[in-house]
Amino acid sequence: MQVLFKTAYNDDLKFLAKTGEKVRVGLVVVFLLAAPLFLQNYYLAELGLLLVYAIAGIGLMILTGHTGQVSFGHAAFLGIGAYCHSILMAKGVPFSVSLVLTTTLCAIVGMILGRSASKMHGFYLAIATLAFLILVETLIGEWHSLTGGHAGFAVPSLKIFGVSMTAVWKQYYVDLFFLLAVVLGAANLFRSPTGRSFLAVRDSELSARSLGVNVEWVKIQSFGISAAITGLAGILLAHHLTYLAPDVFGVLESLKLMLMIVVGGLGTILGAIFGAIFVSLLPVALSFLKDVLPAGIGQQAGLEPLLFGLIIVLFIVFEPQGIYGRWMKIRFFFETFPYYRKSSFVRQKSYLKTERMR
Amino acid sequence: MSAAATLSVRNLSIMFGGVHAVEDVSFDVEPGEVFAIIGPNGAGKSTIFNLISRLYEPSAGSIRYGDHDLLSLPAHKIVNTGIARTFQNIELFEQATVLQNLLVGRHCHMKRNPITNFFFTPGVRKSELEHRRKVEDVIDLLEIAQYRDERIADLPYGARKNVELARALCAEPELLLLDEPASGLNNEETDDVGFWLEDIKHDLGVTLVMVEHDMNLVGQVADRVMAINDGCLLAIGTPDEVRDNADVQQAYLGVSE
Repeated sequence: MQVLFKTAYNDDLKFLAKTGEKVRVGLVVVFLLAAPLFLQNYYLAELGLLLVYAIAGIGLMILTGHTGQVSFGHAAFLGIGAYCHSILMAKGVPFSVSLVLTTTLCAIVGMILGRSASKMHGFYLAIATLAFLILVETLIGEWHSLTGGHAGFAVPSLKIFGVSMTAVWKQYYVDLFFLLAVVLGAANLFRSPTGRSFLAVRDSELSARSLGVNVEWVKIQSFGISAAITGLAGILLAHHLTYLAPDVFGVLESLKLMLMIVVGGLGTILGAIFGAIFVSLLPVALSFLKDVLPAGIGQQAGLEPLLFGLIIVLFIVFEPQGIYGRWMKIRFFFETFPYYRKSSFVRQKSYLKTERMR
Repeated sequence: MSAAATLSVRNLSIMFGGVHAVEDVSFDVEPGEVFAIIGPNGAGKSTIFNLISRLYEPSAGSIRYGDHDLLSLPAHKIVNTGIARTFQNIELFEQATVLQNLLVGRHCHMKRNPITNFFFTPGVRKSELEHRRKVEDVIDLLEIAQYRDERIADLPYGARKNVELARALCAEPELLLLDEPASGLNNEETDDVGFWLEDIKHDLGVTLVMVEHDMNLVGQVADRVMAINDGCLLAIGTPDEVRDNADVQQAYLGVSE
């Protein structure tokens, strides 16, 4: 176990303080950069899709994991991002301009949703965001002249600054570039005042308010940033799907995003990435499962949503901190070997909290 | 930092349903003094704090601090007038580290632009380091350096109390509202709180208003005491005067006839 010796306040602003962390993150980045060299196109495309979901997960993580605002409507921002970008590109708008316009639109829609949701808590917020999702899905489905309705919409091929990026490895690098940018941006956010005000609102609105945090405005900001990042994921997702249909961005997709961050571990950027890995591997496990199970169960239509729900419940009950929490425990086990005890991570009882004013 | 403003509360009332939680209470807190509010449970002490920090809307009365009419401000603007507070049942940001908590205390002095924050521009770094230095002064004063990188959820109760006091001090207030700073602490810790409060008063020149049940602590640090019961003012005066007041004794001990 490395004990850090800090000599300057700048040391606390570093993302990766410990050598072990640097090595691990470095290895992952090198692996991702080198992946096109040894992965076949099919797996590379799947890996690219995983990176896109990681971006969407970070988007939702900022809102739900860091600001404490639950949203079952985030697939709507994926949808708005994907459709807005595809429509703009089909009209001849270049990628870079469309990128800015689309993320801005998502941020604005997110802020409007945040404005109307900023006084709601828990259950009511979940219902409101779910209603928003259904609204957007219906709108996309019915607005034939713009979106092609349920017949779908063909996504123009990926071209950045006039250069075609349709080759699998090129598209993969585009995804990777945006993921790294988003991870860096999100990490920046949480070492600066904006991110801290998000955490403050999550943990105690009451004292956040008395310390000068404008709670409603923080929620609106968080919705905006989260929507913009999820919209960005939508843009990249559109190029993976190549053909958009409104029902892709439905409740199940929202549930998938929620599953990602809960299973990955709420409140950490790493958790969103773990979650993306998990939901990307889930279909593989599922198709394997379908072969093994008797046909009566294996061919049932609702197997996937059932499993999603079941996994969320199991994680909330047995490992509320998700894969990230488990990872911390495993790391701690090796760092403190042989002194690790099960009780090292038993949660302290929280001290009396009454007088909750909302 | 100089405390130059007077907090004046006039005819303050609030109703919860049919209950007068605070009824027609008036008092002034002069700059530089330690003003204690005492009273039995449910007397309305914390309610007065919540009214001053605008978490409750009064049904009548006025609260002024210097030139500011506090009732015209929303809750998150109160700290900008120089008033910070702590809570009776610790309201820290549990999943954040001590350092993050204290830096939120600096929030009212910080520029916060999500765009520059997202890119962490050199300006943001510079401001982070500046505020970090201010936070470090408070950490030194309250001797919580060993907890700096701990999560609040992993801290014992006494340490949490200190961190909450520290967080309020990080806002560099002129006036500090302390809601039961010694509740739940053992004798030794309570003594520490007493010393710190005197330090805060003398070295930082902060005006203190506190709700407290520990009469030894009140007698040790308070310049003036206000006693209330059932939302009504009983007496204001020096600790001794209030202790000898017949109404106060009746409220605490019952009628002696």
